[in-house]
Amino acid sequence: MKFNSKSKALVAALVVALLLLPFITDALFGRGWVRIVDFAMLYIMLALGLNIVVGYAGLLDLGYIAFFAVGAYCYALAGSPHLALAFPMMFPDGVHLSFLIVLPLAALLAGGFGVLLGAPTLRLRGDYLAIVTLGFGEIIRIFLNNLNSPVNLTNGPQGISRIDPVSVANVRLSATQNVLGIEFPSVHLYFYLFLAFTALVIFASRRLERSRIGRAWMAIREDEIAASAMGINTRNLKLLAFAMGAMFGGASGALFAGFQGFVSPESFSLMESIMVLCMVVLGGMGNISGVILGGVLLAILPEVLRHIVVPLQQSLFGKTLIDPESLRMLLFGTALIVMMLYRPAGLLPSRVRRRELDSDEVPESIGRNQA
Amino acid sequence: MTDTLLEVCGLEISYGGIRAVKGIDLHIASGELVALIGSNGAGKTTTLKALAGLLHPARGKIQYANRSLINVVAHQRAAMGIALVPEGRGVFARMTVLENLLMGAYIRDDKSGIAIDLARMYELFPRLAERKDQLAGTLSGGEQQMVAMARALMGRPRLLMLDEPSMGLAPLMVQKIFEVIRDIAALGMSILLVEQNAKLALQVAQRGYVMESGEITLSGAATELLGSAAVQRAYLGA
Repeated sequence: MKFNSKSKALVAALVVALLLLPFITDALFGRGWVRIVDFAMLYIMLALGLNIVVGYAGLLDLGYIAFFAVGAYCYALAGSPHLALAFPMMFPDGVHLSFLIVLPLAALLAGGFGVLLGAPTLRLRGDYLAIVTLGFGEIIRIFLNNLNSPVNLTNGPQGISRIDPVSVANVRLSATQNVLGIEFPSVHLYFYLFLAFTALVIFASRRLERSRIGRAWMAIREDEIAASAMGINTRNLKLLAFAMGAMFGGASGALFAGFQGFVSPESFSLMESIMVLCMVVLGGMGNISGVILGGVLLAILPEVLRHIVVPLQQSLFGKTLIDPESLRMLLFGTALIVMMLYRPAGLLPSRVRRRELDSDEVPESIGRNQA
Repeated sequence: MTDTLLEVCGLEISYGGIRAVKGIDLHIASGELVALIGSNGAGKTTTLKALAGLLHPARGKIQYANRSLINVVAHQRAAMGIALVPEGRGVFARMTVLENLLMGAYIRDDKSGIAIDLARMYELFPRLAERKDQLAGTLSGGEQQMVAMARALMGRPRLLMLDEPSMGLAPLMVQKIFEVIRDIAALGMSILLVEQNAKLALQVAQRGYVMESGEITLSGAATELLGSAAVQRAYLGA
């Protein structure tokens, strides 16, 4: 990448701003908001992972949260006392693997599940693929809900608690750390961890987008038959898209479990899959900055709403008439309809999409009745 | 006969129990332009798809460059030099013309060779040079046909299969497209041309096959077919 001095300064300013973000947020809005920002980062990672599947390869996946769940449960089982319940002889204290081992393990396991989902759906496209992936997401959630017997593997609806916090190089991120006289509370530490991973995911996405693999994915998205006539191995590349997307999802799931210290199946409902898909679509499918913007907006705005709506109603009517949760869905739905009407390609459409919509010529995607 | 590039024997293709192609034989010699004509639903596109590896034939042999293609999948056939310009063109709508052409060279890694071929394509289709940064989906039907053909040629195929290149195009554009087909053939490319427009196809081809409800009913030199009473009656409205 080439940077001129102006954009260099801009990047430096952005980096400084991001590094100070938890302290600024803490000072202005309180510690609870730093936690919300942390969750927003997790959502951004998820959305970028889904962007590979939906935005690049054009495979509509409505069960993406399942990979997040696989990663989260992988981390939970490999870093908690829980397995002592199921296998007291083998693991008297449960399993407590290091974060640096579990994270790649979670990503690989999720990637494996990605291939598992991809393989039987290779021939499906569009609506049919969406329905199967939706079913897959629900299957994983239902399994997690019911795998507490005959062997208690997931602890069912109660979920797994007392998960080891993330610790990197013997620094436990769950406790306040003092570095050079500056206090770093736990949420701040997690912020930096998530920031590093988000940067990694962004970097990987950019590289993929411009690679031979990325171009092949886009060709498959545009026309699968033509793509295979160009010599593209559509089967392997579609599986790869599922696996790569799932790996990003699994890694963020592991981070989520370590951060939260607790996982239960209800965090992985269909609504969550749809939420992540909305981040991708709202921001601009296939465009990394767009997807990040979508993630930030959809992760932060509901919280803003929650903090404004209740006090506002209290002061106006003296009681809460509409609870923020239902108002959230109402506003969310309205926002999506408005978007589809006025910015159908997303808030920050991908380069190509933007040109397509700005083009003075009428797009003629079918192209049969004109010469 | 000169050396045979493609030989098809007893090809049978079924769609869910319905036999769309009922055991056909055809062959293409190196450098030959062969037309496969017939009305809608005769099984022409199905045959092409099977040759490209997009459909699995129920029975029959496909021999290409002295190799059986039965267990060779679509993307491997492309790498062996079999290019398909699909029905309805199949351009990558949200990619630019240039990106489309470069996708055609996906299997190649000789950068300088690709650059030379790109320049050659712009020479062959000057319109594409003017529109190289435009999204393929915003082009007219004729221009999209040019993109699809140029993209196929970018892979340096040995056998070019064209599926209904004239479909939905204005007469002037059809003429242009067929001029290019003639030019490419003159350079020695082996071409299998599937067309409903029998007259046009037989005018550029050396040989032709007539397909009717899954069977080849007539075959021979293009000029002979053009003059034959059966073809005249069925396709040329005489």
